Amino acid sequence: MLIKQLSLFVENKPGSLYPICKVLKDNNISIRTLSLADTEQFGILRLLVKEWEKARDVLSEAGFIVKVTDVIALPVADRPGGLAELLEVVDKHNISVEYMYAFTFGHNQTAVMVFRFENPEETLKYFHAENIDAIEAFDLFK
Amino acid sequence: MAELIIPNRIYQPEFECMDRAERRALQLKRLKESIERASVLDFYKKKFKELGITADKINSLDDLRRLPITTKQDLRDYYPFGFFAVDRSKLVRIHASSGTTGKPTFVGYTKNDLDLWSTCCARFLVAGGLTPDQVTQIAFGYGLFTGGFGLHYGIEKVGAAIIPASSGNTQRQIMLLKDAKVDTVICTPSYALNIAEVIKAQGLKKGDLAWKFAHFGGEQWTEEMRLKIEDALGIYAFNNYGLSEIIGPGVSGECAARTGMHIQEDHFLVECLNPETLEPVAEGEEGELVITALSKEACPIIRYRTRDLSKLFWSEPCPCGRTTMRMSRVKGRTDDMMIIRGVNVFPSQVEEALMKVGGIAPHYLIELYRPGNLDQAVVKIEMLPETFSDKMDELQKLKNSIDREISAITGIHFDIQLVAPNSLERTGGKAKHVADYRGLKID
Ligand SMILES: [Zn+2]
Repeated sequence: MLIKQLSLFVENKPGSLYPICKVLKDNNISIRTLSLADTEQFGILRLLVKEWEKARDVLSEAGFIVKVTDVIALPVADRPGGLAELLEVVDKHNISVEYMYAFTFGHNQTAVMVFRFENPEETLKYFHAENIDAIEAFDLFK
Repeated sequence: MAELIIPNRIYQPEFECMDRAERRALQLKRLKESIERASVLDFYKKKFKELGITADKINSLDDLRRLPITTKQDLRDYYPFGFFAVDRSKLVRIHASSGTTGKPTFVGYTKNDLDLWSTCCARFLVAGGLTPDQVTQIAFGYGLFTGGFGLHYGIEKVGAAIIPASSGNTQRQIMLLKDAKVDTVICTPSYALNIAEVIKAQGLKKGDLAWKFAHFGGEQWTEEMRLKIEDALGIYAFNNYGLSEIIGPGVSGECAARTGMHIQEDHFLVECLNPETLEPVAEGEEGELVITALSKEACPIIRYRTRDLSKLFWSEPCPCGRTTMRMSRVKGRTDDMMIIRGVNVFPSQVEEALMKVGGIAPHYLIELYRPGNLDQAVVKIEMLPETFSDKMDELQKLKNSIDREISAITGIHFDIQLVAPNSLERTGGKAKHVADYRGLKID
């Protein structure tokens, strides 16, 4: 299953992340993880939150540019070559990774790799065929 | 009375030091001829008819006030050649000046016009120290811009040698300056400051160069900049004025007394008007310059609104002996034109480029800085949800296409900055489009 990621435009200057976190806090929305891609002048903040629709609405209302993107969250096995197994599938089908980032969650500190592909639906099937199942939103935000 | 800082030389004393009454008679004669020439153009034909003007009804210079005003917009409306009054076979040169939007406006020259232009340049060059035995270096771009060629032919008239270095490559400019023992340099004042800095960094001293004179034009500058440049380089810097729509450089220039720029009055009638009422202002009062070309054949322009703010002086005689009216350095503009690295740029051009790119908000702010001594132009553009991407390369592509469009239209590379929605200041609903931090304000 695909996960909804929120992407926000931010300027690369002091204090530009705080207002975003403040809006989420005021609306009682907790962040599962975030990743920031930045240049000297601006950046893209990528967020995973449980109530993505509510988060999108409150952030948009507060004047931020928010875009919803489908990403795939895959578990990374805690052993040598764990990540290689995932990338092997990507490589086999000649798919390019637009970007990726990692985090851990849950009691067991499960390692997760979030991938952004051009065709997430199709790519998901390739993983499924190799018996690699994406983490469901239900589990991710439990 | 101001003292002369260098030996006083006059290129054409018969015109520059002419008896004033005699000059007025010459101006009236030429004004009538100019009206004759302009009458073949649709624009003036229509205007003259409306106002009941013919050359023989112009009996004194005061009648100038009855003539129609010509604006940049009028030139644009008749693009490309609607203001050309001669047959194509008579044209020998076409230059262009930047327009308020993508299209430039053309200005044409006959053989006589080129001769007139170079003569006018020769006059201010000689007034500012140029002699035939000198070596000069032109660090203006050669091209559509009138600066490079105008000065080139003016120097040829005087008979000095020219190194047509063109603009850019400061290291090479300095090498030429030093090795060719250059006496006179033609560039923008900000570029001279840049050269001064590089020379200092290279450990060269004032005495290592033969450089004595500089003629500056093409951008606004201040008296403080003059002092700084003269002190750093041990040279004398002279100011000159002109604009492509009229002829290019050569409308006026400073003499050895440097108490304003002498207007080449036998070829240009210059009025100083209140920009609101278009009524003349008193001597020494600030107003907008409105210029009529008296001798031009290809483009006989009448009462052109320059948008340049200046002051005129004519009562006090100049110690150099010239009897012509003088104008102060240009203080600013009555429109929003910016001069960036010597290039005329309008905010509307930037706006046009942004519209072409599409998908970005019409909210933008141009910021101008002068870190070192060269202009830096930044344009901040508010991001729109439609164009925002979660992928960095998409945003970089957007930035690149903005850069491409802006430089295609203006000829200037801006530092493109994408900013958050609603982050740019709006005052009273009206967006502010330019913030100039270069410190060029003159009081
Ligand atoms: Zn003088």
